[in-house]
Amino acid sequence: MAEPQDRNRDRDDDEHRAVPDRAAAPGSARARQALRPAARRLLALAMLGLFGGFAAAVLSLSHPAAGLAAAVAARIDESGVSHPVTAVLLDFRGYDTLLELVVLLLALLGTWSVGRARGCAGNAPGPLLRQLPRLLVPLIVLVAGYLLWVGAHAPGGAFQAGSLLAGVGILLCLSGQPLPRWANGLPLRLLAVLGVAVFATLGVGAAMLPGAAPLDWPPAQAKTLILTVELAAMLSIGVILAALFAGGRP
Amino acid sequence: MTPPVFWGLLGMALVVMGLYALIVHAHLLRKVLALNIMSSGVFLVFIGLARRAPGDGMPMAVDPVPQAMVLTGIVVAVAATGLALALIVRLRALTGRTTLGDDASD
Repeated sequence: MAEPQDRNRDRDDDEHRAVPDRAAAPGSARARQALRPAARRLLALAMLGLFGGFAAAVLSLSHPAAGLAAAVAARIDESGVSHPVTAVLLDFRGYDTLLELVVLLLALLGTWSVGRARGCAGNAPGPLLRQLPRLLVPLIVLVAGYLLWVGAHAPGGAFQAGSLLAGVGILLCLSGQPLPRWANGLPLRLLAVLGVAVFATLGVGAAMLPGAAPLDWPPAQAKTLILTVELAAMLSIGVILAALFAGGRP
Repeated sequence: MTPPVFWGLLGMALVVMGLYALIVHAHLLRKVLALNIMSSGVFLVFIGLARRAPGDGMPMAVDPVPQAMVLTGIVVAVAATGLALALIVRLRALTGRTTLGDDASD
């Protein structure tokens, strides 16, 4: 099963090298510009009109407007965290965040179904790039952990920390130190689904309590639950973003 | 012009410029870049208009709901960009083309 796939991959790579880049060829200006000049001028006028409509919409809003700041401030004590954005993300609008993790997972599945990763260390990394991870990776992991913890009461949280972890993955990939073979299989996939799995399990579990709805954290345990969800989400976000950078299934 | 209005108008300008580039350019990589500029414009509008809450200077003066939605939107935009780039790479590997449309025009 594995061999035909590999042969396929080789053929794809050969085609990739053999085919000239038609869009960059001289004479193919039309390929870069889909529209005739007259149509482009008309389009530019239409865009100006659209901007006028948008601008009128912005200017017609009332300034100042309370928005939902007061509603969030009134109930922030129930959320277990003191930073309003974290409270909105993981408590008041928990469905958004859960489904966002699902979107990330679907994008990863789509990318993996399109082709295999080409590997990002195409040219040999220089001495600087080979040594840089030794300095940076521990520091980045430390900052990610700090951002995750501080998200409860200050700007920070799972997404910022997760994107830092993804940076670790990209740095290791670019410096020619890819994952060991064993980590590319089940461990990678388990980490990718960890965020959705933990979030959904705890969310459904919270609904088992009397008088509670799914994702409705009990106020006493809310901070612990939110940090657990954020920890799992951080790991998943880091792994998924780094795998998206690799551009295909391992 | 208050800061929320300024950032709101700037974000709308980015959306319109991105939409223009999305329609004008045939190369798929340029279309993906245009979509990213459009989404940045939308995020700028949300962040700018979140500052309309009364009581300037206070930490709670900013509406946290649009900010949380932008955080969600950024991640979704990154995921969509990654998937789109993977599809472009695959399209080019299979057909050698980086544009959509009928073969006659290529």
